[in-house]
Amino acid sequence: MTRLCALAIVGSLLLSVAACSERPQVVQYKQGTYAGKPDTPPYQNAPYNGDKAAWERAVATRAQSQNEYKRTN
Amino acid sequence: MARMKFLCDAERCIECNGCVTACKQEHEVPWGVNRRRVVTINDGVPGERSISVACMHCSDAPCMAVCPVDCFYRTAEGVVLHDKDLCIGCGYCFYACPFGAPQFPQTGAFGVRGKMDKCTFCAGGPEKDGSPEEFAKYGRNRLSEGKLPACAEMCSTKALLGGDGDVISDIYRNRVTMRAARGTKGGPPWGWDSAYGPPGAPAAPATPAPKAKS
Repeated sequence: MTRLCALAIVGSLLLSVAACSERPQVVQYKQGTYAGKPDTPPYQNAPYNGDKAAWERAVATRAQSQNEYKRTN
Repeated sequence: MARMKFLCDAERCIECNGCVTACKQEHEVPWGVNRRRVVTINDGVPGERSISVACMHCSDAPCMAVCPVDCFYRTAEGVVLHDKDLCIGCGYCFYACPFGAPQFPQTGAFGVRGKMDKCTFCAGGPEKDGSPEEFAKYGRNRLSEGKLPACAEMCSTKALLGGDGDVISDIYRNRVTMRAARGTKGGPPWGWDSAYGPPGAPAAPATPAPKAKS
């Protein structure tokens, strides 16, 4: 009987701390600063591999395709 | 340094919804979420005007200011993005946005809101560029491929311009000059001042995410 009681007490003690191992689901953040995951600039990976100038040139060229005064003439 | 902006020419928009379709198709946006939509003012009345509206990636973005979990960041290119892993779907950004850009998928019963979804300027989000995870959460990352937003590139009348603010405002300025020469009037681009401030307003500094090691 005493063994059963001891087991029950130990069981209830274990149960009472069961949630203690739970990972915090609320991210710790500092007010006013971005708290999410890091990001890379658009020219970081392939096909530009960090060549910012090449990426800027590509985007600038691409933007001119929206200028119909240049497209039709 | 390119500062990415959108410009919608209300004199040209014919309400074809090509931009909406291009966006939906490019990013496989779920049913009920419209990152871009076309709004018509005085519909059916002579002189009606249509405007293609999405996130304008504001210089001083109100969504960034009100987000309780600070999940927004502005890239060095001026694109306002957010981390969906952090978003709690509270909807504050929706109330703050002057363009009604933030969208919330209805993920369950009782009107439960999912994580906010909005236009990313086809720049993906805080995941590895071009990865399946990035596509699933934020859509395609065209900017990292040296392309511009699909909506602007697909616009049949070139009413919607997207790209570096200096370049697209030059294109628009040229257009307005040609229009004035023909005696057609045209107002300032819709939403430009709301999003980017009056002429001469300084460019907002980037509040970037810490750079990931690639």
